[in-house]
Amino acid sequence: MAAEAAILSVRGVARAFGGIRAVDDCTFDVRPGLITGLIGPNGAGKTTVFNLITGFLSADQGSIRLQGQELLGLSPHQVERLGVVRTFQHLRLWSKMTVLENVLLGCATPAGENVLSLFLRAGAVRAEEFRAREHAMEVLRFFDLADRAPELAEDLAYPEQKLLSMARIFATDAPVMLLDEPTSGLDAESLRRIVPMVRRLVEHGKTVLLIEHNMELISELSDQVVFLHQGRVLAAGPPAQITRDPALTEIYFGV
Amino acid sequence: MTAYLAHFLVMVAIYTILALSLNLLIGYSGIFSLAHAAIYGIGAYASALAALKLGLGFWGGMLVAAGAGAFASALVAIPSLRVAGDYYVVASFGLQVVVLAVFMNWTDLTNGHAGLPGIPRPNLLGWVIDQPFEYVFLATAFAALTWAVCWRLTNSAFGRVLQAIRDDEIAAQAMGKNVVLVKIVIACISSALGAMAGSLYAHYITYINPSSFALHESIFIATLVILGGSERLAGPVVGAFVLLAIPEALKFLAIPDAVAAPMRQIIYGALLILFMLVRPEGILGRARVRDRIRA
Repeated sequence: MAAEAAILSVRGVARAFGGIRAVDDCTFDVRPGLITGLIGPNGAGKTTVFNLITGFLSADQGSIRLQGQELLGLSPHQVERLGVVRTFQHLRLWSKMTVLENVLLGCATPAGENVLSLFLRAGAVRAEEFRAREHAMEVLRFFDLADRAPELAEDLAYPEQKLLSMARIFATDAPVMLLDEPTSGLDAESLRRIVPMVRRLVEHGKTVLLIEHNMELISELSDQVVFLHQGRVLAAGPPAQITRDPALTEIYFGV
Repeated sequence: MTAYLAHFLVMVAIYTILALSLNLLIGYSGIFSLAHAAIYGIGAYASALAALKLGLGFWGGMLVAAGAGAFASALVAIPSLRVAGDYYVVASFGLQVVVLAVFMNWTDLTNGHAGLPGIPRPNLLGWVIDQPFEYVFLATAFAALTWAVCWRLTNSAFGRVLQAIRDDEIAAQAMGKNVVLVKIVIACISSALGAMAGSLYAHYITYINPSSFALHESIFIATLVILGGSERLAGPVVGAFVLLAIPEALKFLAIPDAVAAPMRQIIYGALLILFMLVRPEGILGRARVRDRIRA
């Protein structure tokens, strides 16, 4: 993996919590237009890596660059504006808001969110809100949730909530999407709905980095795999290579 | 009788402004403030002093009041709203205590407990508002203006962000919302509006002293919001009307004043407990989803 081909490059990133090195000298690349799977046993530091990339945690050392732009040291909203968005393992939907409102919050509405233009440029605000609603409905159709638009997010079934958590970050138009366990807690039927959806994100020009727990699914879900263990990258490469490596499967299954 | 009714309506309008503006924080942003009476007082003192010492008119005084209220609020909001959680409750309590101490002790400026008399009545382009019913129109116009401002703020992309921050701050950050900035902005707007109520009060009563802006007043304003219903724009208005009507109703009963005053406190307290038990969402209750979908 050549560094210049990467859209997101993580270099020597470390983060300790007290004496525990959750992430230690972590280095890997995310290449544009592909799905990169971050895999590893529980406590490998996968979600910590997500939190470091998106500015929810500060790193002790290292560098995380998005197309050359340093992300470390930025706050979460600044990272989002540069083009990296994420989902959460526990979804964090706005459950008392509607499906449409959840997606609208991902749409660009700078005039409507600015208090001055809200009062002084009513026409621009109205036009922007209209466009945002069109865009949100388009996104909901893409995720097959359009008929759910007026319902409260909490009233959706769990697989649909997962889709909504992807839909609202898809709406931001950020090129890099970080998905924290998009398949966890789903039955076989729901998986058949979600897995192709992740594939469609890439077809729509997105770059995906996802955390996956299921070794069987990783080959189906990703083009590249980064294997994380005790905060370090043990191996990176095509899924077939990783899943066939006996040393890695031993670590993974703790045999 | 008309003067009595006019006074009641003016006070309802003033408390409507206070409750609507406080609800921007309590209901729409999930930020609990105990400093709204202090902000109200800052508005009253700022415009009284602007009139008495600088000779500023009603409009100028109101602008000074709004600016002073927003400034005082920013001083507390900028450090305390950077930290998630309930720090603002404590910080606002601190602001309330400090501001009241300043009103009482900076006697050169505020005249301490004796207060500031002789605040002029509003003069709108030569029309002096000195009749009670004229003041009803003025105060009601400001209450309507506050309503319009709150409506616009809450029924917009900005309002959506406020609610998103209230319900899940981390998700809002991940979606690119500058949470700290939005909270500081709404705290300043809420305070600017609350301070304008203070300005209206000062020019109406023409005499102010610190006792009108003490902690129990902050709690009273929060009670208006909570009993009226913080989930809807109209909730605080209903709250202001109902809770101001209670002491007036007591006046018509043959109860001596010495009993009526503590009785009022007992009724407020009992109402709060009753509502918490039976109807925690307040008199008006929750906004239905249907009301929020405007395609």
